[in-house]
Amino acid sequence: MDQSFHAMGERRRNIVLSLCLAGLLLACCGYLQANKYEYNYAISIIERSLIYAVVAVSMNLVNGFTGLFSLGQAGFMAIGAYVTAILTIPTANRPSVYYISGIHPWIENLHAPALLALILGGLAAAACAALIGIPVLRLKSDYLAIATLGFAEIIRALIAAPMMDRITNGSYGLKSIPGFSSIFQVLALAACSIGLMVLLINSSYGRMFKAIREDEIAAEAMGINLFRTKELSFVISSFFAGISGGMLAMFMRSIDSKTFQVSLTYDILLIVVIGGIGSVTGSVLGAFLVTAGREILRFFDEPFFLGGVQVPLFRPGFRMVIFSLLLMIVVLFYSKGLMGTNEFSWNSICRFFGRKERKKQEGRVPHDGAK
Amino acid sequence: MEPSETVADVLEMQSVVMQFGGVTAVDELSLHVGKGEIIALIGPNGAGKTTAFNCITGIYQPTSGAVLFEGRNLRGLSPDVITRLGIARTFQNIRLFNNLSVFDNVLIAMHLRAKDNVFSATLRLNRKEEARMRAETELLLREQDLFGLKDEIASSLPYGLQRRLEIARALATRPSLLLLDEPAAGMNPQETQELTDFIVRIRDQYHLTIFMIEHHMDLVMQISERIYVLNFGKMIAHGTPEDIQNNPEVIEAYLGVTEDA
Ligand SMILES: Nc1ncnc2c1ncn2[C@@H]1O[C@H](COP(=O)(O)OP(=O)(O)O)[C@@H](O)[C@H]1O
Ligand SMILES: [Mg+2]
Repeated sequence: MDQSFHAMGERRRNIVLSLCLAGLLLACCGYLQANKYEYNYAISIIERSLIYAVVAVSMNLVNGFTGLFSLGQAGFMAIGAYVTAILTIPTANRPSVYYISGIHPWIENLHAPALLALILGGLAAAACAALIGIPVLRLKSDYLAIATLGFAEIIRALIAAPMMDRITNGSYGLKSIPGFSSIFQVLALAACSIGLMVLLINSSYGRMFKAIREDEIAAEAMGINLFRTKELSFVISSFFAGISGGMLAMFMRSIDSKTFQVSLTYDILLIVVIGGIGSVTGSVLGAFLVTAGREILRFFDEPFFLGGVQVPLFRPGFRMVIFSLLLMIVVLFYSKGLMGTNEFSWNSICRFFGRKERKKQEGRVPHDGAK
Repeated sequence: MEPSETVADVLEMQSVVMQFGGVTAVDELSLHVGKGEIIALIGPNGAGKTTAFNCITGIYQPTSGAVLFEGRNLRGLSPDVITRLGIARTFQNIRLFNNLSVFDNVLIAMHLRAKDNVFSATLRLNRKEEARMRAETELLLREQDLFGLKDEIASSLPYGLQRRLEIARALATRPSLLLLDEPAAGMNPQETQELTDFIVRIRDQYHLTIFMIEHHMDLVMQISERIYVLNFGKMIAHGTPEDIQNNPEVIEAYLGVTEDA
């Protein structure tokens, strides 16, 4: 009884702490939003981080929690982005967007509100994932990486292909995509998406994903249908990758096929690895670190003068060299990423600080509190 | 001649052949296991015992022959379907979900009877089902004396407890036939004796039929009703423990080998 009372107190404390943290974050966002012209740059970094956090968690769902190796994130994002863009560009602006080859009559008047468009984009990405998954997920998992990588490139080539000009506007890309009106929209979408994925990971289905990650043969011997469960994880992950692609389209306001190169997948993989494969908290932290880190390192791309002499290495592109070096250091010395497979929890944070406190107190009053 | 022939067969293998390329790992193996029996499959290393288990549980599809479970042909069924029919197993090289807790290891195995789907599970509309699975897991862990360890990570358990947990996890699927692949491997004589009693106890408690591969002769001779002996994929003997102990061919093929090893 003592223990359950203690647990209840802990629970209440955690709820209070969570509410405080959420309030603090909302207040910060509110402040930025209220002064959005001043903090334009910070807002855009946070928004991009949130969008990358969604896709990083979705990649983690498949790679970190189900133990499959999928590299199709850019492709699924592209599908989500194009579906969202095509459905949300105001019909009045379409002639000017498709001024080169015209717009296909099918989509000329097809319009949807942003939220519906995002969900449809996610569903389109999920449907493609289901189709790829059927042949590939029956094979050994190594094939998935190759198949999804190839798929992403095919999607990109299709988008840029001349016969798709009247739908995707070919290599000119799509512009005039309505953007987010405030950082809260991005925050809410990211929070819902990540929240749903966390609920899934901690559900009975999430446990089955982890069982497959741990040992496929044992999982199957426990009555888990390997193909169906892997397909489920892959399709859900792709749905959220599609959502984040749609969010990216709304964030950037204009997209083209180059936005979704393989390097985008690598960026996301990097976030997942830096954060910790198998940690949602890690992916979110990683998304912020990598996105912000990129920007902060930007000064390496500017000419740099030391005592009137221009330092030779400082020129466009050097930033990425530094970035890659940092990445190598992280991978070499923190091979499990920042979080490993751990998650953020108030209990562990309180324990961490509690230990310090107790040490201090014990130092002062050695024989007290030995309950 | 055989007392068990009057009992309904739970498992029957009919001339099962399993070839890998040119290697015939199991050669024309026929056997039957009656309801409630404890039957042992013995033979030197590489004789094809584990392969026979893999043919029963659907990990391999036999090259020819048939495996019948409660009269039903298992050909073409995948391992998860076979588990759902009521055959559970443990593995020679323990296969736990290593990074998950003891509790989750068993809880995962409870899911095959769950009536939920990914939406109800994600949105927590399956609370009742989840509570039932957790209660059953707790009960099973208590029965198996593992409840105190429920939060331990599976791979952190000592070897003997890992074997116990693997059996508990198999029991969570509510099998009628339990296949144990060398359950006493790596155990000392005292642990082996405990395991011997344990096997009989779970057979009675859960109304199981047990088919096991085992090298520890004390264990095998004490509790098996019948023994099948495999050598180079072929069955070389079959009978009661006394028959087998006195069979010169077995002594030469098998008992001799273990003494060397
Ligand atoms: N997947 C496989 N591919 C090729 N050969 C195999 C395979 N599985 C088992 N074998 C072979 O079958 C024979 C029997 O192995 P196994 O059933 O593990 O023996 P036991 O369990 O009796 O020690 C061995 O020669 C082994 O090399
Ligand atoms: Mg074996």
